[in-house]
Amino acid sequence: MDLQTTARDDMLIVTAMEDRIDAAGAIQFKDRMRALVQHPAPRVVLDLSRVRFLDSSGLGAVVAVMKLLGPGRKLELAGLTPTVQKVFRLTRMDSVFVIHAEVPEGLRDAG
Amino acid sequence: MPAESTRPAAGMGEQLRLTIPADAQAVRLALQAASDSLLQSGLTTDARGTAEIVIAEALNNIVEHAYASTEGEIELSLIYENGKLTVLVTDGGTAMPGGRMPEGLMPEPDPVDPPEGGFGWFMIRSLSQDLRYFRSEGRNHLFFRLDADPEQKQSA
Repeated sequence: MDLQTTARDDMLIVTAMEDRIDAAGAIQFKDRMRALVQHPAPRVVLDLSRVRFLDSSGLGAVVAVMKLLGPGRKLELAGLTPTVQKVFRLTRMDSVFVIHAEVPEGLRDAG
Repeated sequence: MPAESTRPAAGMGEQLRLTIPADAQAVRLALQAASDSLLQSGLTTDARGTAEIVIAEALNNIVEHAYASTEGEIELSLIYENGKLTVLVTDGGTAMPGGRMPEGLMPEPDPVDPPEGGFGWFMIRSLSQDLRYFRSEGRNHLFFRLDADPEQKQSA
């Protein structure tokens, strides 16, 4: 599971480079995310714009990552593709996460 | 219910038939093959996405439950006709508990402690039509159809 990270302002942006988060990859995704979110950024944004498909195992893994962050931090999602969006909407998990159309720009540079 | 009465006739309408080992990696490859095949189906992009979700959940359930303690194979057949997709999945694993499909009720969307699982059957039941399960000659048979425009059912 290839996950790339960028720290920007108060955000840790994690970009999933795979085209699917499914039963074959969900545990690995969760384990990789557990390591990455050791970074202290208050906001973690998971960029799913390259993920074409996510099944209920993948959904469960994303929920588990949200719980890993604990009460003081948020997992935000960005760039949901149509089938992924359908899974979140159908299961009403779209009401549990802050979902952005694309990765937020973060704090504007004052300079 | 005898298998022959509901099993779609093999032959001209059949577009894809795969036999795969019951493991998550093989399921992924089967879904990719199904997804490629569905491009020829005449289904909309949205309906193809729905089909992939339902087929994925059906196959994952078989790997996780029917073959929880044994190894075996899954047979997946896709048939498309008149803008509709018919899916038949059979396996030689254990029968579903009580000989019937789980109710697949929607897990509570608790924002503080949201559920991490239990969505598979909910999604299968929400997104498919004519869903049927039966056990015949030591095999599980799961049958369903998908309409060209699955959004209509969700909003109904």
